[in-house]
Amino acid sequence: MMRLVQQISRAVLVHAALLGSVVVLAGQVTDDRGTTVTLPAPPQRIVSILPSLTETVCELGYCARLVGVDRYSNFPASVQKLPQVGGGLDPNVEAIVALRPDVVLMAKSARVGERLESLGIKVVALEPKSHADVQRVMIKLGQLLEVADAQRIWRAIDAGVSAAAQSIPAPARGAKVYFEVNQGPYAAGEASFIGETLTRLGAKNIVPAKLGPFPKLNPEYIVRANPDLIMIGERSADGLQQRPGWQSIRALREQRLCVFTSEDADALVRPGPRMAEGARLMAQCLAGKSPTLGSALAATASKP
Amino acid sequence: MMQARFRWVLWLAVAVALTLTALGICVGSVGFENLLQPLLNPGQDPERTSMAHQIVWEIRLPRTLGAWAAGALLGLAGAVAQGLFRNPLADPYLLGSASGASLGVALALAVLGGGAGMLGGGANMMNGGLVVSVFSSSLLVRLGLTGAAFVGAVLAVLLTLALSRGVGHTLRLLLAGVVVGVVLGALTHLVLLLTPDSLQAMQAFMLGSTAFVGWVSVGMMTVVWAVCIVAAWMLARVLDGLSLGDATAQSLGLAVTPMRAALVAVLALATGTAVAQTGLIAFVGLAAPHLVRSVVKTTHGQLILLASLVGGVLLMAADTLARWLIAPQELPVGVLTAVLGGGYLLWLMHRGPAKARAGV
Repeated sequence: MMRLVQQISRAVLVHAALLGSVVVLAGQVTDDRGTTVTLPAPPQRIVSILPSLTETVCELGYCARLVGVDRYSNFPASVQKLPQVGGGLDPNVEAIVALRPDVVLMAKSARVGERLESLGIKVVALEPKSHADVQRVMIKLGQLLEVADAQRIWRAIDAGVSAAAQSIPAPARGAKVYFEVNQGPYAAGEASFIGETLTRLGAKNIVPAKLGPFPKLNPEYIVRANPDLIMIGERSADGLQQRPGWQSIRALREQRLCVFTSEDADALVRPGPRMAEGARLMAQCLAGKSPTLGSALAATASKP
Repeated sequence: MMQARFRWVLWLAVAVALTLTALGICVGSVGFENLLQPLLNPGQDPERTSMAHQIVWEIRLPRTLGAWAAGALLGLAGAVAQGLFRNPLADPYLLGSASGASLGVALALAVLGGGAGMLGGGANMMNGGLVVSVFSSSLLVRLGLTGAAFVGAVLAVLLTLALSRGVGHTLRLLLAGVVVGVVLGALTHLVLLLTPDSLQAMQAFMLGSTAFVGWVSVGMMTVVWAVCIVAAWMLARVLDGLSLGDATAQSLGLAVTPMRAALVAVLALATGTAVAQTGLIAFVGLAAPHLVRSVVKTTHGQLILLASLVGGVLLMAADTLARWLIAPQELPVGVLTAVLGGGYLLWLMHRGPAKARAGV
């Protein structure tokens, strides 16, 4: 456990050193495709077709410059009033062009980039997947938007995650946790964004990093790992008890189940500025439902 | 001679099924492990025995038997379809039954706010309080989804029959089936586009999965299989007649049209039940009858029985491999059957000409 924490902090340090050594021009940014995008002036009209990028722009204080978002961007509430331009994977090119954006922010995996560039629209492709990515994306968007204190905003978020970790009483640490992302069953492993948060919170993920971020597991694996606690979204939580053999899992026998609403789930799974809130939600769950705690404590903090 | 072969294949299929059951009990999330030994010697290590008992009885046995039952239903449906349409390429999913079943499940998920994952979609629609999951094991949900898949399959088949104006004309029937399949498939995608929350659940459904098959599903499939096999056995005479042409069948004094209609019903029932429990599993229904026919030439009644047994064995083998190869992760069993079944058909195709040249 300590080694992992050390590894993570080392990775963060290396990252910070790299960022410091590069002289960056204002309005210029190298995105995750390796393409250097230069804007003549800070963008005034922004279209974002990835929810975590939408949230990052708003966190940096430039929500008002968004003129269009994808259909999954729903936070903060103000973006729900903006024109929607389809989904990240199936965006409506015409609708994007009609909004005359100075820049389009999208995931690296979105295929629409080249099409937009051939139409003369600047595209910045970023792929936030891990905690370190959230920092990197925030700094890059900070450069693009010429936000001076992007680093400070990141540090506040990071401090929020640490605070969430510290809020968990010592006896509640080290619980064996299974986080189900959907009923394949696909789990969030140690290598996933959710898994990174869980590790920082001191929980023991039953799915090791070597299985990949979101492995499709044999349900029997979960029965045998016998987690102390299960975290799951409300849409998948139905019928857990009825799954063959699952009644014997400790978490289900002792009702140690945290069911997250869809709104909460967004904060948990999106690698973006709400990661501190996601960490807080999971910390609440761990503090309230970990088996090492007395039932009195569990009763006070049972709401996720 | 052929009767001897029939018996030989019959017992072989039963023996392989029993062997695979034993193997299926021993293969799980840690790869191969001998759980039979602690089960048979409970005195040795009571703790290990109770663990083995739970894992085997609650998880592996129903799953293994469920794979057999689903494969048996598909094999049966495949043999019926190939006889009914006198076409070796016919499979249980012909006539639009698979796309009908998919549409039924997609609609059920969309209406009930079907369970997806947290990574799926993210359009937060309020869905009232009721949420179901595609591989849930509760009887009510199972019956509901089976019902939806079955109704979807039957309606699709009826639509195909209406478009082809009855079962009299085979080519028209096949074409109508293809049209219905494509259109209903498009509608399914439309439903999924409008309710992105059920997208991931649906994807799991379309790749097929036996991961959550419990005793309820096993019981349901076994009952339906028993009904279907008896019905098909009794109706198989018409298939023998039909293989000599419609006119011959008529002249044999068979009530061709009602018997055909009854066989279409058997086809839809078997397919709908299997699909509702395990999702869409490709190639088992197509490959099983071919496998049987390449070994034994027999009447349709016996062919259907053998194809059903072989189908069960095929899916059982694929399911065992699916949980073995990359344990504790799983391959979608539908992907394995497609690769194995596709490979087998290719081999059959290339073997065909060589055999003909050799004068066999």
